[in-house]
Amino acid sequence: MKLRRPSLPYIAWMVVFTLIPILLIGFYAFTDSNGAFSLEAFGKAFGYMNVFANSLWIAFISTLICLVLAYPLGYIISRQKQSTQNILTMLIMIPMWMNFLLRIYAWVTLLQNNGPIDTMLSFIGIHTNLLGNRGAVILGMVYEYLPFMILPLYTVMSKIDNRLVEAAQDLGANKSEVMGKVIFPLSVPGIISGVTMVFVPSASTFLVSQYLGGTNDIMIGDVIDKIFWSDHNTGSAIALVLMVSIFAFLIILNFFGDEEAIS
Amino acid sequence: MKKFISLVLALIISLSATVVLSGCSSGYESEINVYNWGEYIADGSEDYVDVIDEFEKEYNIKVNYTTYETNEELYNILSSSNSSYDVVIPSDYMIEKLIKEDLLQKLDYSNIPNYDDVMDKFKGLSFDPNNEYSVPYQWGVVGIVYNKEMVKETPDSWEDLWNKDLAGSILQFNNSRDAYAIAMQLCGVNPTDFTKADIDKATAKLKEQKPLLKKYVMDQVFAEMENDQSAIAPYYAGDITTMMDNNENLGCALPKEGSNLYVDAMCVPKSAQNKEGAEKFINFMTSPEISKANSDYIAYATPVQGAYDLMDDEVKNNPLIYPTEEYLDKCYTFNDVDKDIYAYMQEQFVKLMS
Repeated sequence: MKLRRPSLPYIAWMVVFTLIPILLIGFYAFTDSNGAFSLEAFGKAFGYMNVFANSLWIAFISTLICLVLAYPLGYIISRQKQSTQNILTMLIMIPMWMNFLLRIYAWVTLLQNNGPIDTMLSFIGIHTNLLGNRGAVILGMVYEYLPFMILPLYTVMSKIDNRLVEAAQDLGANKSEVMGKVIFPLSVPGIISGVTMVFVPSASTFLVSQYLGGTNDIMIGDVIDKIFWSDHNTGSAIALVLMVSIFAFLIILNFFGDEEAIS
Repeated sequence: MKKFISLVLALIISLSATVVLSGCSSGYESEINVYNWGEYIADGSEDYVDVIDEFEKEYNIKVNYTTYETNEELYNILSSSNSSYDVVIPSDYMIEKLIKEDLLQKLDYSNIPNYDDVMDKFKGLSFDPNNEYSVPYQWGVVGIVYNKEMVKETPDSWEDLWNKDLAGSILQFNNSRDAYAIAMQLCGVNPTDFTKADIDKATAKLKEQKPLLKKYVMDQVFAEMENDQSAIAPYYAGDITTMMDNNENLGCALPKEGSNLYVDAMCVPKSAQNKEGAEKFINFMTSPEISKANSDYIAYATPVQGAYDLMDDEVKNNPLIYPTEEYLDKCYTFNDVDKDIYAYMQEQFVKLMS
């Protein structure tokens, strides 16, 4: 592809704020504290294997829940008349205008002992700790990232030509066949970008587990946050391993769709 | 809808542009850049004095005030960026580190006459033994805050943070240095002089505590304790007072083993552009009225004798804020830990949590 002059500022931006930082992380990851080549940092990074596994697992479950919740909603919205669609997508976006941390604080208040949800549940005789466990972390993630799943799904589905649905019906397809053979295949690009937009940030996020989780729910983002201050090299190595595993995930995801999630 | 979104964006952009532009107006003689902890100065809210405003009016020097959350953040800015700060307020061990790495300037104490009023016990501290680089700002000790409804016997030892009866409602620092200091005291290790083997001992002690804990916390401790969510936690004395003001079920105690005495002090980095203005600022902050105003606001203790004398008796006699000399003798002040040892401690702490 030929580069055009208008793209130069973007390229400069990418080089300064994306490429150089990544190279720096790579440099730190492969050196020791004296700047000499060393794989020690990776050795230490793999000491956090269980945290990696935890984070990817939490991200996977959150993404799956988001997909299950968002898919029907995206479909329903895309079948409304235009003005209703606008209102509904607006409603989905409004919570995102609020600061991310504030929304997490709100969940802490909602879920705490004698908080609103606990009080309601105790009326029907249920009383447990709602906060401080993995379920709460996943809830927080789903809440945080659900809009990022709904919006791409809705966008792709609203572009599906209604005549294709009518044609399928004319040819005798029932509702589930229309869904399975027309809508679903055409919505795969939306699924892929939705999954990418939810999985990637939720695997690398931090603070959510610190606020909603217990003593065992630390995520890899928190580990990087803590380790980086005292040991740049190990912090960078962990970040690099995380980047590579997310990249691998995106490549695998790409096999499922025609449109590319990474390009 | 697109129109609406672009409208909102345009509004945000123009608003932020106005803020940036209005920041350029001058009329001041000179400027100083002050870099302090968040929420660590009386800011004029409620009935408190607006300290920075007072300074600007009195000296006609503009203060560019920014804040940080951890000593390490401050260290990274001072050691690896070109930004220039005229006054910074690190804690004890960080000052020692900054002096060692030649990042601080010697002060000219003749420009800081109020320094004479600083209590003798805050002069010649281990991080600045010859009083060359720093002027104490505020200090305090780490104490225990507990919920009187949930904890039956008044706590008097760090050991009470390992109390099995309180399993599931104990909090611990989410900060390796503070958490390890407590564990080390209980293991008979000096928290200011330890080896990797000592760290392992303390790790074992912390591992024992983990199943009893609700959470590792920093600022979240406020919500946890003020809303009766947890029973007991170690935290900084000034902040405990704030929590107690907001929840009358809370009580406080000092551990009989002694505790960490922390001192935050004002320093001038090598990169400062306006040392003269910086020293004026430091002197101003050390005056009795201003130091008292800051202590009133953040509820930490003042090292300035004149400010202490102005305090209400209720505050002066609060053993949590101003512990007795006898208790202070049992306390220790953090020193700079060798980089390797510190990284090892941090690593063990993260492993403990995973």
